[in-house]
Amino acid sequence: MTTPLLDVQDLTIRFGGLVAVNKVCIQIQEGELVGLIGPNGAGKTTCFNMLTGVYEPTSGKICLKGVDIHGQEPHEISAQGVARTFQNIRLFKSMTVLENLLVSLHRERGYSLVESILQLGRFKRRENEMREKAMEILRVLNLDHRADTQASSLPYGEQRKVEIARALATSPKLLLLDEPAAGMNPSETAQLARDIQKIRQDFKITVLLIEHDMSLVMKICERIYVLDYGQLIALGKPEEIKNDPRVIEAYLGGSVGGTHA
Amino acid sequence: MSEFVQYLVNGFAQGSIYALIALGYTMVYGILKLINFAHGEIYMIGGYVGIFLLSTLGLPFWAALLLVMPIVGLFAVLIERFAYRPLRGAPRIAPLITAIGVSIVLLELMRLIAGAQPRPFPQPFEDVSYEVGTWISALDGVIIQRNQIMVFIIAVVLMLLLNTIVMKTKIGRAMRALSMDFDASRLMGVPIDRVIAFTFFIGASLAGAGGMLVGMYYNQVEPYMGQLAGLKAFTAAVLGGIGVIPGAVIGAFILSISEALVVGYGESSYRDAIAFAILIFVLMFRPWGIMGKAERVKV
Amino acid sequence: MSYFLQIFQLLCLNVILAASLNVINGYCGLFSIGHAGFFAVGAYVAAAASKFWMPEFAAAQPALALIAVVLVGAAAAGIAGLVVGIPCLRLTGDYLAIATVGFGEIIRIILLNTESVGASRGFPGIPLLTGEWFPFWVVLFTIFSLFTIHRLMKSSTGRAILSVREDEIAARSMGINVRFYKTFAFVVGAFFAGLSGALFAHYSQFLHPSNFTFMVSVMVLLMIVVGGMGSQLGAVLGAVIVTLLPEALRFSETLSSIRMLIFGLIMILVVLWEPKGLMGLYFRFARPKKKVSA
Repeated sequence: MTTPLLDVQDLTIRFGGLVAVNKVCIQIQEGELVGLIGPNGAGKTTCFNMLTGVYEPTSGKICLKGVDIHGQEPHEISAQGVARTFQNIRLFKSMTVLENLLVSLHRERGYSLVESILQLGRFKRRENEMREKAMEILRVLNLDHRADTQASSLPYGEQRKVEIARALATSPKLLLLDEPAAGMNPSETAQLARDIQKIRQDFKITVLLIEHDMSLVMKICERIYVLDYGQLIALGKPEEIKNDPRVIEAYLGGSVGGTHA
Repeated sequence: MSEFVQYLVNGFAQGSIYALIALGYTMVYGILKLINFAHGEIYMIGGYVGIFLLSTLGLPFWAALLLVMPIVGLFAVLIERFAYRPLRGAPRIAPLITAIGVSIVLLELMRLIAGAQPRPFPQPFEDVSYEVGTWISALDGVIIQRNQIMVFIIAVVLMLLLNTIVMKTKIGRAMRALSMDFDASRLMGVPIDRVIAFTFFIGASLAGAGGMLVGMYYNQVEPYMGQLAGLKAFTAAVLGGIGVIPGAVIGAFILSISEALVVGYGESSYRDAIAFAILIFVLMFRPWGIMGKAERVKV
Repeated sequence: MSYFLQIFQLLCLNVILAASLNVINGYCGLFSIGHAGFFAVGAYVAAAASKFWMPEFAAAQPALALIAVVLVGAAAAGIAGLVVGIPCLRLTGDYLAIATVGFGEIIRIILLNTESVGASRGFPGIPLLTGEWFPFWVVLFTIFSLFTIHRLMKSSTGRAILSVREDEIAARSMGINVRFYKTFAFVVGAFFAGLSGALFAHYSQFLHPSNFTFMVSVMVLLMIVVGGMGSQLGAVLGAVIVTLLPEALRFSETLSSIRMLIFGLIMILVVLWEPKGLMGLYFRFARPKKKVSA
């Protein structure tokens, strides 16, 4: 049995008296496309925050390809190959789309400070290479024509895509998407579904997706974890989850087939 | 032993004044998360208004004290209205810069109007000192001036009044609500403009009273007195926990007594450095102060 | 030295100061108002270097000595930036501002009490070094400073610094060591402030801690606020305005005496009307940005 890419065991976090996430276990193999769903406040984003080092778990283990990443800083975890997008878009507003991606490429810039001030040596070559790599990612997401546009002036749907592009630019092994379809209409969501699958294929990465839009989740996720009040209440294939009474109840009796209100 | 008590006495008198100023800082910060750099100048203006009321208008002390407060309070309300309120939605650095600007404008205006030299403050009361040694022989040598007692008592009375307002009145409750959760309070219908104006009014009244008391205590006022006192009072507020009202008072007395002890037992030239040292120390190790709580950022 | 040449050199020194503060406050989005402290460290260390540590070298090779002491002063200021930055940069917004004010004052108080550099009597007799050529060196260092900062910001490191300003949490998640780059920006800002200070020490040949008060920090802040934070051109323009305004007012005795008042008013009005300063005005009227449609 191969080491899972992500192995989370008994992940728990307490804020004062409130246990926001309680002994959650998640295993994801390389190449999978997994969903994480649950009612609002279930602790999904909190899990993401722990996986990316923004919050420190009270207890539990987080292993990336067998390596315990517990306690590492977000930028260190990013270097290990975990990238994420944010529920509320957090683009670098006054920078262009291209510049947003170039920030993600900073780690692999490959030139020294002196070289950058004198603009000698590897500077020009590496800058061009980084630009090309960023443009490549933008092309995959149909954003290349926006490369030199200021991020804050893009329409909402495109901003969400730039978030994904920026995360991809860190060359991750695991991509965490936090409600990428929020605020999108059905046709945009359908396009997003295609984009996520394309990304998974072209970039050979593993995806963990938080989403409320059930049509998206059911369509592209191979497996789904369901969280409620910080605990895992169900896990399985979309068909199983759809009909699981505990899941239906957690969503307050509504059917899990359509989009969540 | 008597030396120590003497330093305590001096510390309590000075601390009363720091507390009156520190309360204004902490209340405004608690609600607006704004460090009102201009607050020290408000205190300074209180001193000058006091001179005006006592000398030029010849009012008796108590009348002047009661008048200084609303005069200075209204002045602060005007400042809030025109310099800070327009910036309420702006990034936090904006009102901070404006506050520095207001502080400079007030300082310079006062310097131009009243001159840069210290001005003598009229003495409404005789200079009476009590030798504690006559009653408690163990404390022989300790001298308490009547001015010190008055400053302390007046400050305490004002602070108790503030406490009553904040704890027992409707507007006080509104102030507390705003400082706990600004947006929720707004959505609940709290009249924020009025409450904020009132907060500035009260904070400034106290500082203005402090300015008058300090004039009486040290016999003089000068335009730059707000700068140093303001910084120290601010340190006191941070030490006690910025945004926490009792913290301002506790911080003020800890600071002033430390100062008195350092001056008494050590080097008087390091007196002003104490405030900075405390400030840096608090910010390094416990920025939320004695009575504050650490804040968590939600992602 | 002619009056205009004097003002011009002062202007250059202010340009470097403004550009240096712009790295910290403008590009990195921090709030530092203790900049005078780094200015002071650069000044005093450079002065000590040329007067005490290498007086013979200074006499023999004034040009090289000037370069040496300026770099030494700047480096010392950079180290001060590190010492101040490491504890302070853990703090957020307002607290950071206060801490920097505190440190700026502490530096001044230390200098006020240090006998070897004259304490409250001041530090006299700093050699001019290159004599008539001094203005040339001032211009050279100014160009060096502006150029280096410009190139720095055009590199990936520059983008990293900007990303810290734009969104710390996102930056962190994209692999940027935010703590490191905040400190880096702080040290760079301190370095160039110290460079300006070193030049100032030799320009005025006399130093006193009262040259380095909180007001000086406020003045530098005013320069970048007026010019537009986050823009090197803005920093230069702001420095020009703040340096030349008092000179322009000299024709009137009354106006001169209220110049600090005018500065205070400018600060308030700029923030109220055009917080992005002159550069903001320019972009608002000359090149309004269009919103992109879907």
